[in-house]
Parts: sequence; C-alpha cells; structure tokens
Amino acid sequence: MSQTTAYQNHKTATQSSSTHTTKTSTAALLFGAVMMVFLSGCGTDETNVSKGNETGTLHWGNGTEPQSLDPHIATGVPEHHIISSIMEGLVTKDSTTLEPKPGVAESWEISEDGRVYTFHLRHDARWSNGDPHTAEDYVWSWWRALQPALGSLYAYMYYAIDNAQEYYEGTITDFEQVGVKALDEHTLQVTLENPTPYFLQLLDHYSLFPVHRPTLEKFGAPDERGTRWTYEGNIVTNGPFQLTEWQINRRVVVERNPFYWDRDTVRLNKIIFYPTENAVSEERMFRSGQLHYTNDIPADKIPVYKESGDPTLEIAPYLGTYFYRINTNLAHLKDPRVRRALAMTIDREQITERITKAGQIPTYALTPPGTMGYYPPSDLSFDPEAARKLLAEAGYPNGEGFPVTEILYNTNEGHRKIAVAIQQMWNKYLNIEIQLLNQEWKVYLDSESAGDYQISRASWIGDYVDPNSFLDMFLCGGGNNRTGWCNEEFDRLILDEAPTAKTHAKRLEIFTQAETILLADLPIIPIFTYTSKHLVSPAIKNKGTNLLDQTMYKEIYLESDSGSNGGDN
Amino acid sequence: MFRFAITRLLQAVPVILVVISITFLLVHAAPGGPFSADKAVPPEVLKALEAQYNLDQPLWQQYMGYLGDVVRGDFGPSFKYPGRSVNELIASGLPATAELAFYAMLVALIIGASAGVFAAMRPNTMQDYLPMSAAMIGICMPSFLLGPLLVLIFGIHLEWVPVSGWGDAPGDKILPAITLGTGYAAYIARLSRGGMLEILSQDYIRTARAKGLSESLIITKHALRGGLIPVIAFLGPAFAGLVGGSFVVETIFQIPGLGRFYVQAAFNRDYTMILGTTIFFATLIIVFNLISDMIAIWLNPKLRQQGQGDN
Repeated sequence: MSQTTAYQNHKTATQSSSTHTTKTSTAALLFGAVMMVFLSGCGTDETNVSKGNETGTLHWGNGTEPQSLDPHIATGVPEHHIISSIMEGLVTKDSTTLEPKPGVAESWEISEDGRVYTFHLRHDARWSNGDPHTAEDYVWSWWRALQPALGSLYAYMYYAIDNAQEYYEGTITDFEQVGVKALDEHTLQVTLENPTPYFLQLLDHYSLFPVHRPTLEKFGAPDERGTRWTYEGNIVTNGPFQLTEWQINRRVVVERNPFYWDRDTVRLNKIIFYPTENAVSEERMFRSGQLHYTNDIPADKIPVYKESGDPTLEIAPYLGTYFYRINTNLAHLKDPRVRRALAMTIDREQITERITKAGQIPTYALTPPGTMGYYPPSDLSFDPEAARKLLAEAGYPNGEGFPVTEILYNTNEGHRKIAVAIQQMWNKYLNIEIQLLNQEWKVYLDSESAGDYQISRASWIGDYVDPNSFLDMFLCGGGNNRTGWCNEEFDRLILDEAPTAKTHAKRLEIFTQAETILLADLPIIPIFTYTSKHLVSPAIKNKGTNLLDQTMYKEIYLESDSGSNGGDN
Repeated sequence: MFRFAITRLLQAVPVILVVISITFLLVHAAPGGPFSADKAVPPEVLKALEAQYNLDQPLWQQYMGYLGDVVRGDFGPSFKYPGRSVNELIASGLPATAELAFYAMLVALIIGASAGVFAAMRPNTMQDYLPMSAAMIGICMPSFLLGPLLVLIFGIHLEWVPVSGWGDAPGDKILPAITLGTGYAAYIARLSRGGMLEILSQDYIRTARAKGLSESLIITKHALRGGLIPVIAFLGPAFAGLVGGSFVVETIFQIPGLGRFYVQAAFNRDYTMILGTTIFFATLIIVFNLISDMIAIWLNPKLRQQGQGDN
C-alpha cells in the first residue's frame, strides 16, 4: 500500500518536472537510479539453498541466538542443535528409533546388577586440535559440571551416577567417591546409584558431554561461567563439526572437523545456523530459498501447507505434553471430584482440530503414549454428563456457588485461543464462570512457582525418552510440581520402586501404578501431546524424525536436484 | 558555540544519572528474575548464579558497584549470554543498526523532503493533497505491516530483493531501509511542506518573484535553506529514534542489530543488558539533539546572533 504511495509521489514528481521545477525531479530521478543500481544485483536464481546443495552447506533456521555453547551451561534447543553438531558424548542415538549407538565409546559392558557401566573409548578419538581424547577427559569434565559455582541447570542429569547428587549438594567433598573412574586411557567405568535403564540416553545429552580441559584452563577457572573458551578461534571440541564463525545475532557456522573419528561418514561440509526468532520471517526465508530447514511454522500457515499437500511440511510426534496445572491448595479446587469434572469437560478434539491444527494428539494422561514402550493408563474421557454429576457431588449442583476461577497463561496468541475455548467449554458444560489472565513470561513463571494462581497453562518436554522424565515432576515439593499436590505412595513408587525394578516390564508396571494415582487425583489436566513442526527442504536427505526432535547432523546430506522449497503458498 | 556545547554536555550528566537510577530500580522491581526458567532452578543453583553476578549483595551495594563500573565504561557481563559482556553485545549490534538508521534516514529525506517541497509549491491543489495524504498513510502505517507487505510484493512475488538478511546478499538492505524510513519520510514531508510554505510567503521570495526569477531557482537558491530548518531540527531526534526504534524492522528482516537485543533484554530480565542499552540510547539521544541544535543554530542567522549574545 505504502509502496504505491511512494510510487505515486515518484510519478507525480516526474510528471511535474516538465512544467515546474528541476530540483524535485532530479531528486526523484536520482532516487530511481539508486534503486536501479541496488536492484540490478538481484533477481538471480542462485539462492542459499541451491548454492548450498552444490557445496554441501546446510542452512538451518535455529530459533534464537545461542546463549552459550558451553555444554554445561547451555539449556535451550537452539544451543542443543549447535552443540550436538560440534560435540559428541560417549553414546549417540539412532536418528529414528533413538536406540543408543556407539559414539566416543566404541563399546560398553553393563554389569549384571545394571549398576556398573564400562565404556571402551575409541583409540582414534581426537579433539578438533588433534589432541588425543581419553577417559580422563570425562572424569574431569563431569567433575567440572558438578561444581556448584558453575550453576549448571542440568546438574540433576548426573544424579543417576553414584554419589553425584551428594557431591553436588556438598555432603561429600571428595570427588573420588563419585562413581566415575578412568581405568586406563581408554576405559571409563561409571557406577550408578541404581540401575537406570535410560542412563545410556543421558550420555547423549549435552550436559554430559566432555569439554577440552587445556582450553578451559587457558581462558579462566573451570567453574567460572563467563569465560571466552567457547568463542570462535578458542573452542576445541570432539564432534563431527567444529565452530568456525560466530557472529552474534547473525549466524553460527560450523565446518567439518578433520580429526573426528568418523569423518568419513560426515557428508556435509558446513552448517550455518541462523537466529530466526520470528516464525513468520523464517517461513518467508524458507520460501525464498534462504533456508533448508525452519525451526518452526506459524500456526496459521499450517493449514495452507497441509491443503496444498506441500512435501516440505514435516510434522512428527514430539515428547511433550500440554496441560493445565491446578492449584490444589485452594478451597474449591482441593476436591479431586471438581478437578475431574474440569478435566472431563474439555473437548480436546475441538482444540487440536480447530485451534492448534498441527496434528497434536488429544491426551488424557501426562506421559506421551509410546514412551519406551509405555502406554499410560487413563479412564478419563470427555463426558459432560458424568462431570456435572461429580461437580454436584462436590457441592456445586449445576455450578451453583462455584467461585469465579481464573486461568493463567503466559502471553501468547496460541495459549490465549486454547484458554478461551476451555473457558467457553467449562461455562457451557458446567455452568461455571472462568476468567482469563495473561502475564508476560517471567511474571507468569514467578506466579506459578509461588503458587499465586488458580489454574495455569503448562507444558513439559521430556529430557530423555522414559516415563520417569515426566512422572518425577510431581514428587512432593518438587520444583516443577507447583500444584501443591503430594502423594506418599506416588513418591514411593517413583523414588524407591521404579529404580530397583528387576525387569523392564516390572518397571513399566510401577510407572503405570504411579500414573494411575496421579490421574485419579488430577492435580493437572492433560490436554494434548505435542508434535514437532518444521519446513524441510526436499534436498535434505537421511534426516529422520524422532520423538525428541533431534538431528544427527553427521548423517545428513544434501541432494542438489531435489527441486525447490515450494512455490507461492 | 563551543561553550554552548560544553554547557549542554555538562547538563547531560545529571540526566544520565537519573536515567541509570530509575532504570536500575525498575529492573530490580520487575517481577521475575534473570534466571527464572520453565524448569525450576534448584535453590543451590540459584544461589551460585546470584553469587556469580553479585546479585546476593544488598541493592545499594549493587547500585554503587554498577555506577563505578559505568564510570569506567564497563557495562558488565550479560546475564543471558554467559561469556559476553554488554559492551561487546552493543558493539556487535551497533554497526548494523546505525547503518540501517542511516539508510532509512536517507530514504526518509529524499522521499520526504522532495514530497514536502513539491506539495508546498502549489498549496491546496491536487499537487499538495496527493503527496500529503500519502504522507498521512505513511505515518499511520506501522512497520510491522509495511515490512511484510513489501517483502510479499518485492521479495516473494517479484523476487527482486532478498526477503531478509543484512549484507548477506545484494539488495537485502533496500526493504529494511524503506520500511524503517517511510514513517519518517512522512513526517519530514509534512515538516518541509510547513517550512517551505512559511518561507514562500516571505517578502524576499516575493521580491525574487518580482525580479522575474524562475520558480525552480527561487526554490533551490532562496527557499530551501530556510524551508528545511524544521527538518534539520527534527533530524537529531529522528536519527536517535531510528536507532532506538529499529527493533520491529530488525526482527522482520533478521538484522543483527541492537534493537533486538534491547527488547529481548527486557523480556529476559538481563539486568545489565537493559541498563547498558538504556544508558547507551539515552546518551545517543542527548548527543544527537545537541548536534541538531548546533546545526540549526548554524543555519539560522537569527538563532546564531542569539547564541553569540549569550556568549
């Protein structure tokens, strides 16, 4: 619109030149000429994607500027992408099944009681500066990650290891007592507190990745947060790629690491990670061939891509649950019957089909179905009739006398739409009055953890594929519980029974028992299971999708004649 | 003139001090801390983090410590980006933002001044109404609407220019500059029209017309200098506004500028980053106002005499 007005200015200015002045027309002409010069360089068919396909350069929409590339400090998904391209743990994962695969460790043995893991490190494992990569690197790195002064938010990932929690919390001061030992240069022995079936998975989490000791010590104390060891030119890593460029808010570039043990498998030459905060801009970049992959898709674009059957749209199940927390300390929400009535009057299909639209799966349990062969129990369903009965039993026949209740959510259009829908459903089916309150993210976090809310929107993404990653959230007084709910039997099952279960089946059975308790009491209302959603160029091959939405960059390759990113959607 | 500048700069010191104090109090009073996150932060981790950034000290002590650092030109470490200093982040974002503001200003001046002058030549005719109503639309059109619209037309449909980036591909600076500059072009058009109208009604212009000078000569030789003074006075604050207000455009076009950091710092409760950028922008506004005042004095003989009288 304004382009037309500018054009009109320009046009009228040129017309008038003949009759009136030369000054303005000169300015206009000059401007036009400048524009022409600018524009003359453009309009070529060469895009990032087409060039990248030729040179093996992957252009990756990465969400935000990484906070840090220090694996013991970083916490976010964008950081994870970059870190997992330049670093590697003892074990990696299959890009589809997430089964553990050899990483720096070429093999390992697990003791009969499941508590002692012996890892055999590759003799040809090297750091990106050529230094040999040994078992001692792990002992030192894990010691470093467990220094309280470092303030690692993922320190709890180490708690499976014998005495790690005690060391971190200061009840043990001698690191020798923590269950990690280098038996020789290439053998690492890890002793666990309890047999932990998901321990191998944890090793592929960046919080357990090794760091290069000489580099860290060169740039500061090991437990100092703000040192420059992760800067381009300084950082030394052990993964398939190495950091070659980090321009703040512009791009992070990684290139092949010539010392990587499995360098022959790596087919990409370079990955460029872009901080694409704005999903709308990102989608435009994708369409104009500037990106191979987007971090996200704007929700209102999904139906458009779906209807046109665009092959670039990639939607896959994701290990995350969208739910509402209920403040069980409040008088009118204390009664499990009330909470059950609320849970039974949310028409989840309506929400996933009409609002979220990206294939999310309505859910009636906390743990996503199929997590390590675990299918959560649930006798919950959408049943307004039974819900009204429950509410009446709790003392609110036809919603009478039920206090006005508030749903808290962090400011976001998607959350607002869902809250509005639920507000209407509860009003329609239970005849209760619901108000909505949105708060800016950090304010919302404060309110929620202080228990200063009635019902609040929440979500949880699993750290590793195991029901434990979801269920241990609701231990009595747990930092992520925030509902005031506490059940001793639930705690006993999660803390004492599950860790010592003899078989996988037995363990799943214990989780089923625990989740049954949780779902009988419903301090939370599960709503849907997430999906991951991206636009992926057809040139990207061998990527695979998985529950954790993780990418194994070393396996990806690009094929040049796979068409463009799609037309004008 | 020199004394004028010195006086103004000295006056700026208490202003900056007030800015620092208010911002400092506000960021610490805001709910939610820099380290609160979706996943609960264990108390012992929080303690370690607060100790790393001196947040465990009493507030007045933090304040004095911060003032001391600022006097030494050190804005401290960023909380959000461990390992980066605020100085470093500002330095990394400033070039792109300043360049964007400069181009936007160029766009604003070229389009705005020519439209304004052009409209003033025939007031209250179509030649006046058309550019002026266009200017009105330009003022009203927010950049978060104009930007995507331009991208859609010139980036996606016509494929003339890249849809985003900054210095990555030829032509990727055009759309951001136009998007950011348009609103200011509209203001400048109105200012220059007003200024020109006033000058064109002056006696000396009538004299020039009576002498039989051509209209173009009158405009360029006699009227422009005086007519554009309001525009000059506007340039200082406008440039500061462009630098500080480029957040939306930087986000739309993925420009690695300072505006993005500024807004995100507030969302992240990155105390030092909020303070650092606020002080930086406050200083920028003061300096640019000073410069544009000095240019206005230099251009306008009346003000110049007053200035000398003061001395």
